[in-house]
Amino acid sequence: MSKRKKKGSGDSRASGDGPRIGVFVCNCGTNIAGFMDTEDVAGYSATLPNVVFVRENLYSCSEAGVNDIKQAIIDNKLDRVVVAACTPRTHEPTFRAACKDAGLNPYHFEFVNIREHCSWVHKEDRDLATLKARDLIRMGVARSAYLEPMEPIIGNVVERALVVGGGISGMTAALELAARGFEVVLIERQKHLGGLVKSLYEIYPWGEKAADYINGLASRVERNSKIRVLKACEVTDVRGYVGKYEVTVSSGDETVVAGIIVVATGARPLLPEGMFGHDSRRVITMLELEAMLLRSRSRRKKVVLMGCAGARIPGRFYCSRICCMTAIKNAIIMRKKWKADVTVLYRDLMCYGVQNETMLVDAKKAGVRFINYSLENPPVIEKDTVTVSSEILGRDLKVPVDLLVLSTPLVPQDTNVALSKILKVPVDEYGFFLEAHVKLRPLDFATDGIFVCGTARWPASIRECLEQAIGAASRASTYLARGEVEVEPIVSVIDEEECRGCGLCVALCPYGAIELIDTEKGKKARTIDVACKGCGTCGATCYRHAIRMKHYSDEQLGAQIRAAFVKDP
Amino acid sequence: MLAYSEVEGLSRKSGGFTLKVRRKARYVDEEICNACGDCLEKCPGRAKDTFDMGLRQRKAIYLYFSQGIPAVMTIDPEACIYLKKGKCGVCKKRCDKGAIDFEMKDEILSLDVGSVIIATGLDIFEPGDLTYYGYGKIKNVITGLQYERLINATGPTGGHLYRPSDQKLAKTVAYVQCVGSRDLNYCSYCSSVCCMCSIKDAMLAREHDPESVSYIFHTDLRNVGKGFQKYEKRAAEEYGVQYVRGRVAEIGEDDEGNPIVLYEDTRQRKVESLKVEMVVLATAATASRGSRELAKMLRVKADKYGFITTRNDQPADTNVKGIFACGFCKGPCDIPEAVSQSSAAAQRAASHVLRSVGAGASKA
Repeated sequence: MSKRKKKGSGDSRASGDGPRIGVFVCNCGTNIAGFMDTEDVAGYSATLPNVVFVRENLYSCSEAGVNDIKQAIIDNKLDRVVVAACTPRTHEPTFRAACKDAGLNPYHFEFVNIREHCSWVHKEDRDLATLKARDLIRMGVARSAYLEPMEPIIGNVVERALVVGGGISGMTAALELAARGFEVVLIERQKHLGGLVKSLYEIYPWGEKAADYINGLASRVERNSKIRVLKACEVTDVRGYVGKYEVTVSSGDETVVAGIIVVATGARPLLPEGMFGHDSRRVITMLELEAMLLRSRSRRKKVVLMGCAGARIPGRFYCSRICCMTAIKNAIIMRKKWKADVTVLYRDLMCYGVQNETMLVDAKKAGVRFINYSLENPPVIEKDTVTVSSEILGRDLKVPVDLLVLSTPLVPQDTNVALSKILKVPVDEYGFFLEAHVKLRPLDFATDGIFVCGTARWPASIRECLEQAIGAASRASTYLARGEVEVEPIVSVIDEEECRGCGLCVALCPYGAIELIDTEKGKKARTIDVACKGCGTCGATCYRHAIRMKHYSDEQLGAQIRAAFVKDP
Repeated sequence: MLAYSEVEGLSRKSGGFTLKVRRKARYVDEEICNACGDCLEKCPGRAKDTFDMGLRQRKAIYLYFSQGIPAVMTIDPEACIYLKKGKCGVCKKRCDKGAIDFEMKDEILSLDVGSVIIATGLDIFEPGDLTYYGYGKIKNVITGLQYERLINATGPTGGHLYRPSDQKLAKTVAYVQCVGSRDLNYCSYCSSVCCMCSIKDAMLAREHDPESVSYIFHTDLRNVGKGFQKYEKRAAEEYGVQYVRGRVAEIGEDDEGNPIVLYEDTRQRKVESLKVEMVVLATAATASRGSRELAKMLRVKADKYGFITTRNDQPADTNVKGIFACGFCKGPCDIPEAVSQSSAAAQRAASHVLRSVGAGASKA
């Protein structure tokens, strides 16, 4: 990591007559300019107090746009930069870096979101959107005048990783981290490593016996001197922050200290209790079929595999991604092993990619029958037949059956919600873990130093789980290899003179980031900078007003609020 | 970063590889050029704008696209009058920074590296061979990527769906799925991303024009990613996107240039035809052109479609130690998959290099 402290990263407020603010209004193609008059907005910005430079850009985040900002800072001696564009989640780092490159403290940058907060939500009224963008920019400009320079906080990173979950993803992540030379603690809830894959027969698309693969992986994990495995053990509490997470585990009083955490808790197939006559004998789940294939004695001759059993229905409106291929894989196996008649009932066949589609074609060649059904007319299951209303043929088909296999979707682990609260990371509406950015940061959480991979995130094939696990190890390594971490300096600052040491803030801080210390003047609260997330809970509750939030101070927010109510000229 | 460069050879050496890289002449000094655009104004040379999918012309000196990195100009030697005939040089006169250099030659670089990651991405299947879809003959039949340029604010129509034949705003658009994909004659695999892509495109059309109507002709709608099913539903409920299950048989054209889509609706079990104002072909995505040659050069295995083959149990690793792959060059994948895979390839490459360094150190 570069530790360069560029010139100008100190206080660069103009010594003259107040701040020199530059405003950059982004068109974002039509994303913004399509729904408001950005030229008007830019023109208006130029009339705001202390604004000495305004530029409208097609794409402010492009290299040309960023260079333009840098040049404008230098040419116009700007000491505050306001970009009115999109969400800070994606491009705040881009623009902060531009400020830094041009010699401005990166915290002298103010982001005004006129896309998500304006153009995208006011598509139907161009004039009002334009007015609102003016308001938002006026508020941002007002706040920017009060911005203060800050330096990032540097913390140390404990060179140890905690991997939660000892299935295929967790074990793979652990091995990859160990290969980079880092210590790993792997926690598994069950008594054995292996997870869901342990119960499978063969792995698609390459046909290896699942037990061989997973046992091989488990023994490599157990033999690896860098990896400590804690079995029959769960995470019960996590304190701390990126670089130094203190993790309490259920096995005893021990606390595991780790620099980063990888969440690989997997998923489980939905149990079809009461659905489609499930009885675990004639009507079974796909997982029960895998067990049947493993036992190899039992044979059936008339097998029907039913897709989307409990998936893509109201209330569980997602596709579980892997069930079609699992069904097709097992259909081919049953054709070969049992010489059975195999019919697959499906709504859409989700054989995306090369290998999956190839497998589908192979299944058809092997004589597997495929019958399409619709959500509105699900198959009717009777003792010896399944009646399918085929959309394509426009009539009912009676398929004889002596084994009905339900492809139930993968559903999130029941423990996900509890774990998400312990780790302070989100889950989605279904209970799968929610990554920092669904497209661009699939393996990161928004919380620094915590990563996710495998089916804990979303249903995934084994190959995809492996890719994600190796990828998560890569993401985690970026912290572990550096040995130190830069943390946002947006933290609370406690005025010890004012603080009475009541401890209310200590009790309320959701991150354990405030401690009470003994001083000559009695107990005083103090913020642990690296742990503080800048949420502001402490500041809002301190009855002595002894706590100030950096970057969101009363002066800054006050100016922003006052500007909201200024009458637009 | 070596943009506008290609790998031309690879040889093994102890602890890694030596790559031969051709750094193509831009005829513009990357260090000096700041893409101000003065050079563009009077350039008389013309060529098809490949970034805009051939929908408009660009000058012989050009910026590949407005957000491109590095943001520097390039002279197309096929279109530049000076480079072909030795006369002109207007851009050189216009550039007061002196960034233009007609004498620039391709450079051959030799790079010693510990490991190689292949991430050559994809190309789009050319649908001209499927004569029944009329691409290339019927002007208002375009590909998905051409559509992306039309709907884009920096594209040739400034983000409006002005159709190619008469620049009229296209209000009814048909999207034809599996063009070349899942087709035993061409790409027998599924390209994975086109279903979602067409839905997104149809939603964009409605956002640009509240009267826009879209039809998506599909077989299976393969929306398997996070949140994709909801997206599919939202498109139908809030954006008026109509899904028609059925493979399009043929596309014709009426006197006004409107495409006529002939199809079997397999849900209604009827053969129907539908007049629309524009057709967007969701063309298959293929391994990028040259990927077979690259695979051969690097001695890595590729499948019959030219996608780089990696180990099932170690999906970032090719058959050659020290060479890894990620993204679409391995086979169709969407953005989060590609990002995950790229992290995986980086991890494997880092481990490999660290091991080689470690081994080297212990030998020494």
